[in-house]
Amino acid sequence: MASLNVRAALLSVSFLILALGMWEMATQPPAATEATSEYELLMGVSGSESRVPPPSAVIKVAWAELSNPFYDAGANDKGIGIQLAYSVYRVLTGYLAAMAIALPLGFLIGMSPLMYKALNPYIQVLRPISPLAWMPLALFIIQDSDASAIFVIFICSIWPMLLNTAFGVANVRSDWVNVARTHELNPFKTAITVILPAAAPTILTGMRISIGIAWLVIVAAEMLVGGTGIGYYVWNEWNNLDLASVIFSILMIGVVGMLLDLALGKAQKLVEYKE
Amino acid sequence: MSKSFLEVDGLSKVYPDRQGGELTVFEDIRFALQKGEFVCIIGHSGCGKSTILNVLAGLDEASTGNVVMNSKEVKGPGLERGVVFQNYSLLPWKTALNNIIFAVKARWPSWSKEKVREHSERYLKMVGLDHAMDRKPSQLSGGMRQRVSIARAFATQPELLLLDEPFGALDALTRGVIQDELVKIWEETRQTVFMITHDVDEAILLSDRIFLMSNGPNARIAESVKVNLPHPRSRATIFQNPAHQKIRHYLVDFLVNRSGSALPEQDGSPRVVDPSTDELTSEPVPAESETKTETTARAVNA
Repeated sequence: MASLNVRAALLSVSFLILALGMWEMATQPPAATEATSEYELLMGVSGSESRVPPPSAVIKVAWAELSNPFYDAGANDKGIGIQLAYSVYRVLTGYLAAMAIALPLGFLIGMSPLMYKALNPYIQVLRPISPLAWMPLALFIIQDSDASAIFVIFICSIWPMLLNTAFGVANVRSDWVNVARTHELNPFKTAITVILPAAAPTILTGMRISIGIAWLVIVAAEMLVGGTGIGYYVWNEWNNLDLASVIFSILMIGVVGMLLDLALGKAQKLVEYKE
Repeated sequence: MSKSFLEVDGLSKVYPDRQGGELTVFEDIRFALQKGEFVCIIGHSGCGKSTILNVLAGLDEASTGNVVMNSKEVKGPGLERGVVFQNYSLLPWKTALNNIIFAVKARWPSWSKEKVREHSERYLKMVGLDHAMDRKPSQLSGGMRQRVSIARAFATQPELLLLDEPFGALDALTRGVIQDELVKIWEETRQTVFMITHDVDEAILLSDRIFLMSNGPNARIAESVKVNLPHPRSRATIFQNPAHQKIRHYLVDFLVNRSGSALPEQDGSPRVVDPSTDELTSEPVPAESETKTETTARAVNA
């Protein structure tokens, strides 16, 4: 009997083949028949453009795009690699800015019950706001579509990081804090050498949730602001009625999102500890 | 009057109870420790032993009274007082050695890296854990963790070492082995130690004096029992000394029969008892001057 991993891989591949096969069958254009009336021909009913493309068409697009991902032939014709790079750049910029605010603020809230009580109502009101709702305000104030998209990423990724940092810091075992106290560590050293490593797994969980949300939001944000990015690309291909490209870019969004999550997962492993 | 190394004066702890009143866990705790003494404190659960220890450590505050060490009032925790907690309190993301290095670095910030490491390794060797230096606490057994914790406390060479039931969570065999190690380390270092325990034999093996606490609420340190046994002691032979039997009997009798009603001297200091010489253990004969004060007190009351 093969190992669990091998069997799982075999099963995965067979599911894929099955799904692609069904998709391919379901999207075959009907054989042209005499029955199509002149009226129907005029209305374009039998045209194959109106059906979902089969996987073979998508693979063809994917092959063409991935064999030259970084070409740049003008504003509306850039390679998938360039579009993804724009999106990743926006996500990382907004995300890092959010980190720069959320981690120190989370520490403050976690260490001071007073600050927690004072700031909690605002956090609870601001957190459930859809990040895209900020877009008009951001566009008006910042006056720059690119920066507005980054701001939307910032605002959506700040909450999980902030709350998890505060929670992790507030729940560091008092024994460990007592160890720091009996060794006369000053507050800054205590924060760095005891509280940060103790809360790191919780903080990283928040960061992982944040990157996931940021990647979800960037697609929608770029559909709104346009210009560049994978979200804009999807919308642009839809306007071109190039569904094969739409499906291909959907898959690419999934792949990049998975890679971002994997990276944070690796980082999480690094700071984990067993009690 | 010669100043003792550590003086505890009129300590009490009052908590608000749920009915809006107050609950006095212990009150008017008075005692003194001399340098180089090993003192254990025994009492039933709920008498506030741990709170007293935490007050000495500076981790908790007493409602009244004060603690003076080396003629300085204890306010807040400090490196001159090392603490070993019952649950080890090792930092789980650091290896055994790094846990000790953490403490040594905090104690002597000016030391070079090599000196810190060498010093830390020496103390880890002292508890027989040089082979487990690079293991994390989660990869160590309970006994090994507590050894690391003890090594960490000794490595910082505090003037007063506070042990909060350090072997409470260990099985009997492991406990015995580590007690032997603690005896050995203490004979080498002659640290001043204040330790909480529930184990009468452990207390006799380790200490010079044993404080007996009456039951809470309103618990007091009622008696201070001298352990008149020669050093160095060994777990294997200590019970052969006839004094051991007397002391053990005295302690058990206190804990079983008298801990509910026992009271300290009139001035609040614990009654000094030496079961190895005193024949009348249950009614210690007061010294002459104390008889006088007692009669005066009775006369006033009458």
